[in-house]
Amino acid sequence: MSVLVVVEHDRGTLADASLEAFAFARSIAGQLGEQVEALLIGADAAGLADVCAAHGAGAVHHASIAGDSVGDYGPEAYGMVVASLAALLLPSGIVASGTDRGNEVLAQAAAELDLPFVANCVSVKTADEWELTRVQWGGSLNEDALLRSRLPIVSVAHHSVEPQEVSIGATAAITEHIVELPEWVSRSVIQDRVVLSEGLTLATAPVVIGGGRGVGSAEGFNVLEALAARLGGVVGCSRAVTNNGWRPHSDQVGQTGTRIAPQLYIACGISGAIQHWVGAKAAKKILAINIDPAANMVVKADYAVIGDLFEVLPAIEQG
Amino acid sequence: MRVLVCVKRVPAPGAKINITDDGQSVDATNLGHTMSPHEECGLELAVQLVEAHGGESHVLTLGVTEADEQCRWAASIGINKATLIDVGTQGWDPQRTASAMTDAIRAIEEVDGGFDVLIFGNESADTGGFQVGIRVARALGRPMVNAIKGVNISAGIDGENTVLEAQRETDSGMEVYKLPMPCAIGVKEGITWPRYPTMRGRLASKKLAVDVAASDAAPGGQTMVRLNRPEEQVSETIILGEGAAAAPAVIELLKELGLWSEGTSKQEVGA
Repeated sequence: MSVLVVVEHDRGTLADASLEAFAFARSIAGQLGEQVEALLIGADAAGLADVCAAHGAGAVHHASIAGDSVGDYGPEAYGMVVASLAALLLPSGIVASGTDRGNEVLAQAAAELDLPFVANCVSVKTADEWELTRVQWGGSLNEDALLRSRLPIVSVAHHSVEPQEVSIGATAAITEHIVELPEWVSRSVIQDRVVLSEGLTLATAPVVIGGGRGVGSAEGFNVLEALAARLGGVVGCSRAVTNNGWRPHSDQVGQTGTRIAPQLYIACGISGAIQHWVGAKAAKKILAINIDPAANMVVKADYAVIGDLFEVLPAIEQG
Repeated sequence: MRVLVCVKRVPAPGAKINITDDGQSVDATNLGHTMSPHEECGLELAVQLVEAHGGESHVLTLGVTEADEQCRWAASIGINKATLIDVGTQGWDPQRTASAMTDAIRAIEEVDGGFDVLIFGNESADTGGFQVGIRVARALGRPMVNAIKGVNISAGIDGENTVLEAQRETDSGMEVYKLPMPCAIGVKEGITWPRYPTMRGRLASKKLAVDVAASDAAPGGQTMVRLNRPEEQVSETIILGEGAAAAPAVIELLKELGLWSEGTSKQEVGA
């Protein structure tokens, strides 16, 4: 028996969040006295076996989909592959990352198997019924829950556990599987891609400079852009900003925008409403720049500068 | 075109979310109620699709009697019909919720005709189970993709609206899906700009006949025990200074974190 990690990747490039799924799966497998195994889906994922082994996978299952109707990703296709491998391997539990794709694939698999699925867990205590803690309200609250299932299926909340290479240089035996899927799964596969940015993104930048209502206008973001260029970072914003039309929604940091986890988040003129805080709190360090020393963002930040962002940011940028 | 949007009534918290003494729910005393921003954008999308292609929009919710308020809000921005599955609580688990909603959609479709598009929010604002829409779509045998931030309806060879092109935001761009209708999508905030209700819309919403349904769906395998507030890492905020005079202290911090390179001049960055 094993705890099976569904590895997320994009055309063979590992999603870092998958490493959190391995860390979470190890904690479950440790309680059960079982090993972690990895499930790689798609022909282009075969090269990821070693990184799975390094993160604790004792065995790697590589599932290729028969025929070529599926391309590189489709939520229904991937869900069906997980369901099919679950029936074959009979794992004690299935774990994936709590990302858009991870949650979507597990929800599809759970629907196919008619089993419960618990999204965005932060801890598990295994027993006849698993005792789980999961996040609600984007991470503002925790929920203790019981999971009654012959095969527990859970995702781990993004940024809630630290990935760790536990077996450096390890290799794992790869078992190849060819999965036959019904033709209809091809109805929901990726047909095309549009590349919008080649460089740093909110999710990957080492430093994010966020602006809130205090920036005052679209033009006001010029000072944030200038500092971002100086530091090699990117600009983000709060929901108040996108609601005012000052920045596109793709720049929004928060519960309904992007969850960031940079080395440093510089929050400028942001009050720190819950919606924004839950998207920013995974930053390693937070520096708030605000005229109001009582602002929620200032109180919760690691560092703060009390002052007008239009004076402070240029002074930093000019060194 | 017939479009269904599913929404969930949730409290609208302020700067802090309080929990009731028994740990069973968010303390909504003195709080208004709303729905997830994802779902507000979903309602707007439904109205826009019907404006562009004709037809009818319908809102479906499951919860307490007071969720009537969210149905009327939907009507105030232009949704045509509403169904509330009144189960007396907001606390049904995802499998049970999906089962009840599947039954309700089947019942509506039997009377009014099939929906071309089912719209869900990517996840609810409160419990965030990330699955109800997917379970409903699977039960109804319809394709579903989550995290959608753009749609485009195109005609098939017979001239009918048959394909929904759905764009999903990724880190670097968009994935494009072409779903044969009828289909389902989970949408994210930003897909539309929700409009405000007009006076005429508000009047229409008062006259809306909300269809109230019941459900005998069986509970699923996930049971909430209680809510907790996560332990906040309380760290004293280090004040680096005031105004522009704080810049040197900020630069020291940036150096400490390895985020400051002396050699980079503005000209080089801009080049």
